[in-house]
Amino acid sequence: MQDFLEAFLNWEIMREASPILWAGLRATLLLSLLVVPLGLLGGITLAVLSTLPSPFIKWPLRIWVDTFRALPPLVLLIFIFAGLPFLGLEISAWSAVAIGFFLNTGAYYGEILRAGIESVPRGQVEAARSTGLTAAQTMRFIVLPQAVRNVLPDLISNTLEVVKLTSIASVVALPELLFQARQAQSVTYNASPIVAAAIIYFILLWPVVRLLSRLENKQLAARR
Amino acid sequence: MTPARPIVEARAIHKHFGALHVLRGVDFSVEERQLVFVIGPSGSGKSTLLRCLNRLEEPSSGSIIVDGIDMLDARTDINKARQKIGMVFQSFNLYPHMTALGNVMLALRKVQGLDKAEAEARAQRALERVHLADRADHYPSQLSGGQQQRVAIARSIALEPRVMLFDEPTSALDPELVGGVLAVMRELREDGMTMVVVSHEMSFARAAADRVVFMADGEILEQGPPSDLFSAPRHERLRAFISQIERH
Amino acid sequence: MTGWERFTDSFFNARVMAQYLPKIIEGFGLTIVLALCIIAAGLLAGLSLAVLRSFALRPLNWLIIFVVDLFRALPPLVIIVLLFFGLPSMGMELSGFASAWLALTLVLMAFSEEIFWAGITSVPKGQWEAARSTGLGFLQALGFVVLPQALRLTIPPLTNRTIAITKGTALASVVAVPDILGAASSGLSHSFNPSPLTLGALAYLVLFFPVVLLGRWIETRFAWKR
Repeated sequence: MQDFLEAFLNWEIMREASPILWAGLRATLLLSLLVVPLGLLGGITLAVLSTLPSPFIKWPLRIWVDTFRALPPLVLLIFIFAGLPFLGLEISAWSAVAIGFFLNTGAYYGEILRAGIESVPRGQVEAARSTGLTAAQTMRFIVLPQAVRNVLPDLISNTLEVVKLTSIASVVALPELLFQARQAQSVTYNASPIVAAAIIYFILLWPVVRLLSRLENKQLAARR
Repeated sequence: MTPARPIVEARAIHKHFGALHVLRGVDFSVEERQLVFVIGPSGSGKSTLLRCLNRLEEPSSGSIIVDGIDMLDARTDINKARQKIGMVFQSFNLYPHMTALGNVMLALRKVQGLDKAEAEARAQRALERVHLADRADHYPSQLSGGQQQRVAIARSIALEPRVMLFDEPTSALDPELVGGVLAVMRELREDGMTMVVVSHEMSFARAAADRVVFMADGEILEQGPPSDLFSAPRHERLRAFISQIERH
Repeated sequence: MTGWERFTDSFFNARVMAQYLPKIIEGFGLTIVLALCIIAAGLLAGLSLAVLRSFALRPLNWLIIFVVDLFRALPPLVIIVLLFFGLPSMGMELSGFASAWLALTLVLMAFSEEIFWAGITSVPKGQWEAARSTGLGFLQALGFVVLPQALRLTIPPLTNRTIAITKGTALASVVAVPDILGAASSGLSHSFNPSPLTLGALAYLVLFFPVVLLGRWIETRFAWKR
């Protein structure tokens, strides 16, 4: 038991590591604030594009989305970060992460929003258009708001996943929370900094998990 | 005639749902081969009383003895006891992923441990009794409401229960399907089954019931032969209730 | 060298690809094995937890909900790193493969428990009552009547979630497991050429693209309104 506490819950080491852990947390939060809107933007674009009837748009779009759903995000990230320099492009860890997340999470948000758009009854569009609203206005004021409300739990769930995903940025040495924790661990040969990081992630994300659980249960009860 | 020990004997049943006092000291008994009809306004507690008899609801206090078994004793094997009590629900509750035959066979195989051939034979016979032998391989979604309810009845009688409980068996049926189910219930009665029926089908009560029990606000207000109750109701609330029903 | 030639020389270098193809194929096999182990253990554990939860024992349920919340909130990579780098200081050694397997199994367990539970609770109460009133015991009612109906509802969300989590096998490369990404990364650093990465990405697409399509098909097939 004593061994366990020393190896995993060593307060001394945690305290020593806290400055860089806080710096890591700040980076994680900043990163999340960057990639979530990027992903949503990509997602909305993809979802709106998918409503266009032309098969020349539908099929490439479908392939694009499925490709980025099939490719693990870490692979994409390393591909961008390690690969682009060979083309003579210098790319920072932040940029690589931004691009990688935009492509990957955009595809996931896109699928969710597409399902949301499809769940809005056609009658809504017909009513809007027959009052003279353009297609773009209909999408913006009538369809999208309802679409988002319909798939809100899925959107929140995916956002939670995106925030958790920021931890892979540690692999390309972006100084977010996990990276800092691993640095501290390798210097002290003690896992406590990683435990501290885990606790911080938990405190940060658990409220969202609980909220999500409640939302999902409400949806279930309504469907019964 | 020597008074036989009632096959169902419920004494001093109280049931609380939170702050709601749904059953207030109900004494209820049924003799063998009797058909007892329970009527009353919604919220009177009649369904709750029925569901206490096979312990689908737990009474807050009181005692329930069915065919000599103390239903509320912790040592009683409740699953064994329930084989002797058949229950038919308002919403049929047939298993959608099994055929009619499958629905009837399940308990025969898993609870009574019969082998496949015997269970199938027994199930087939039960379906014949409700006149649905030719629909044995149909799924519930392929059957009308009345047919589903009859399969539900077959599912219960296949276990050869000593008493059958009916919780508003025809309330969810289209009017033209009600007759088929009532006909099966009448045949069960003629075969000597002990039955407790919660229902609004007053003409059925008049024709087939041995005793009618009127409940309101968690209490039994009046009971007796249907002729007495319907033509000469003594209790004020019963009179009001009957005139409301007759209006339809 | 023109821009295009530079591109193909870096990312589609046939010589380098041929050199590292065997390692990538080995990684492919390893990724599949790892994924199957995760799916088997994770789904079984999740189903077990959901069944335990249906016993409605308060203190047990608090524990289950806490564990599920925990593994839904923590990033998988953090769990992998914690197991791989942390356990040795307690005298326990977990290989990279085992760390990745255990971590992702726990995550799949948590997510699948929620999905199974949602399925079980959406089976109408009347089905339980009908089954119990014919004398079927609790487990019999669960096994023959409730779960078969619940499972139908769980298949679309379960497929999606399982796909997402098994892509996490790529994280195993971080703890030196020679899966596809691991093989590709080491190919990159040994040859100073990103072609192994291209090969690795293609390998992942070969593996997961059909799975994603299968997931889409399952979703539409099982979009069954009660």
